[in-house]
Amino acid sequence: MRTPLTLRILHSTPRAGWIALAVFAALTWIAVPVAHAVLPEAHPLHLSAYTVSLLGKILCYMVVAVAMDLIWGYAGILSLGHGLFFALGGYAFGMYLMRQIGRDGSYQSDLPDFMVFLDWKELPWYWAGSDSFLGTLLLVVAVPGLVAFVFGWFAFRSRIKGVYFSIITQALTYAAMLLFFRNETGFGGNNGFTDFKRILGYSITSPEMRATLFALSAALLMACLVLGRYLVTSRFGRVLAAIRDAESRVMFIGYNPLHYKLFMWTLSAVLCGLAGALYVPQVGIINPSEMSPANSIEIAVWVAVGGRGTLVGAVLGAGIVNLAKSWFTMSFPEYWPFFLGFLFIAVTLYLPDGVVGLWRRLRARTAPATPTVPAPQQSKPQAEARREMQPAAVPIESNRLPAAKGAEA
Amino acid sequence: MSTVTDVERAAMESEDQRENWSGNASTGHVVEPGALDLSHNVILYLEDITVSFDGFRALNRLSLAIDVGELRCIIGPNGAGKTTMMDVITGKTRPDSGRAFFGQTIDLTRLTEPQIAHAGIGRKFQKPTIFEQHTAFENLELAMKADKRVRRTLFAQLLDDDRDRIAEVLTQIRLDGEADRPAGLLSHGQKQWLEIGMLLMQEPKLLLLDEPVAGMTDDETERTAELFVSLAGKHSLVVVEHDMAFVEALGGKVTVLCEGSVLAEGDLAEVQEDARVIEVYLGR
Ligand SMILES: Nc1ncnc2c1ncn2[C@@H]1O[C@H](COP(=O)(O)OP(=O)(O)OP(=O)(O)O)[C@@H](O)[C@H]1O
Ligand SMILES: [Mg+2]
Repeated sequence: MRTPLTLRILHSTPRAGWIALAVFAALTWIAVPVAHAVLPEAHPLHLSAYTVSLLGKILCYMVVAVAMDLIWGYAGILSLGHGLFFALGGYAFGMYLMRQIGRDGSYQSDLPDFMVFLDWKELPWYWAGSDSFLGTLLLVVAVPGLVAFVFGWFAFRSRIKGVYFSIITQALTYAAMLLFFRNETGFGGNNGFTDFKRILGYSITSPEMRATLFALSAALLMACLVLGRYLVTSRFGRVLAAIRDAESRVMFIGYNPLHYKLFMWTLSAVLCGLAGALYVPQVGIINPSEMSPANSIEIAVWVAVGGRGTLVGAVLGAGIVNLAKSWFTMSFPEYWPFFLGFLFIAVTLYLPDGVVGLWRRLRARTAPATPTVPAPQQSKPQAEARREMQPAAVPIESNRLPAAKGAEA
Repeated sequence: MSTVTDVERAAMESEDQRENWSGNASTGHVVEPGALDLSHNVILYLEDITVSFDGFRALNRLSLAIDVGELRCIIGPNGAGKTTMMDVITGKTRPDSGRAFFGQTIDLTRLTEPQIAHAGIGRKFQKPTIFEQHTAFENLELAMKADKRVRRTLFAQLLDDDRDRIAEVLTQIRLDGEADRPAGLLSHGQKQWLEIGMLLMQEPKLLLLDEPVAGMTDDETERTAELFVSLAGKHSLVVVEHDMAFVEALGGKVTVLCEGSVLAEGDLAEVQEDARVIEVYLGR
């Protein structure tokens, strides 16, 4: 009678979702790597290093958007500090990348260049273990996870909610940015980490490495989607959405909202950290500006544009906004902030459910008889009962009314 | 994440002990601390409860005792403190002074809302609060008596017994035709019923119902009265209502609350003849 977990994960994503994932996997694991690393540069289908890193970067952003949607769209907690967790994951992996430079830096020292520049003689204690790849993977998960857990514990336990919570997360990422700007903090200050050379001894600029990082980012995104889908369709996900809609009711039926929020919040931060760790080797730099409050706000905009409360929406939103951004920054860099602001206002006013909501509305309009929004499924007896209640003069068509109303709500 | 916090453990223990309780309650003695002990036939005991909001006493040395299996009605003018009393019992409001015990041993003033729910007290709010985005079925599923810790709900699945139980309650609250409709689309009366159904799913020992028939049709009100009467005995019920016909239909003992304390107590007929009660209701 009990279904094994693997089967339930399999069932939680609908068939169309698996087909889409398979197509996506074929593109990101085979097509793109082949086009970049196998085809010669002269080939018309060759993808340049620039394009592959740009796409890889966007894949990482998509993971962040999914993580954001899980906590904002499904748990109703708007974080304006998710850039911090992303950056922490990035810095954790960046430390490893700095150690991998070895003596190939400009000062030919065992220490990273910026430490030599500051006249430091040895690594600070918190750099211990940064030369181990496995240790670094652990840090990538543990650092954002721990920061989020401790912060979340205090915030949720004090029942800080809504806009107050959002403001505190902004303050948190801002404070962290100021801390990381300081040279004494030991993370390269202003300039952060850059000039990476190797991962596990392999050159970071080789086409194979770039293709591998790209494929890993795609794998992470797919894993997030499958995991996210399982979470939001599980009873856990229903409790989370219930907390979003009526927290006190949830408490009085015996759930402790603190634990639910804290779990989702921490998991969301860990996913951001993983995305950050894959992002840094692909863009080749990490510095404190990743923690700027504006960056975190942008993450919320991606999700709003795509449509919060749908995982696909988060992915689409991150893709659309970032493609637009890279086009803008090439063509009219100075106008990007204005466009972003305009986009946010427009979406809030006219597309409260984002692109996915728009698409659903359009589909509902073209096929009004089959509403796509979870329409109340009328069971037979009820529909019959309603028909019986209809006065004879009323045309049978009016039976549709309640269903149509349900579709709009 | 997976370490058990104190809160969780406490909730878990009270849950476990509740299971043990039914076996040895009749013997009366040997009760573990924190277990529901009904040896004196009293399920809820409030003594000298005082709650002030900025100097205003919403509850003023309120004392009240509810027997096991009793159906008690609480009436009283607006602002008498009826809802505040329920807030105190369910841990939402902490009293400034006084004692609140569930059975002989569980001190309600020391537990959190979820812990109190686990101990066996269910509550229906004055304004129906259900999960509007969830279907009626899902509302009942979430309320269902189960292990409600994160690590269980992550892997929880609905077994056939659970489905049967939900179907049973859906029939009881006459929502079997609406199982898959988002609860937000139900009528006001249906929402009230759904919330009552959620309470039933929790299988509490004590049910607190704040104005359960507000907004119901006469027919629905009558059915609700029948349901409550059928629940009494197996459960203990405390019903707050303004609708006197409904209170009469329930037929239990009536407590009149006024300005934060008990004004009168007895059968409805007795209470209605009480001069002070008449003054409170007619003198304004
Ligand atoms: N959180 C609060 N802050 C300040 N005053 C409050 C608060 N809650 C309740 N009160 C006041 O306490 C008094 C008792 O309120 P309560 O809601 O318990 O009354 P009630 O008997 O349930 O009334 P009703 O029949 O209208 O539901 C009222 O005067 C109310 O204004
Ligand atoms: Mg009230």
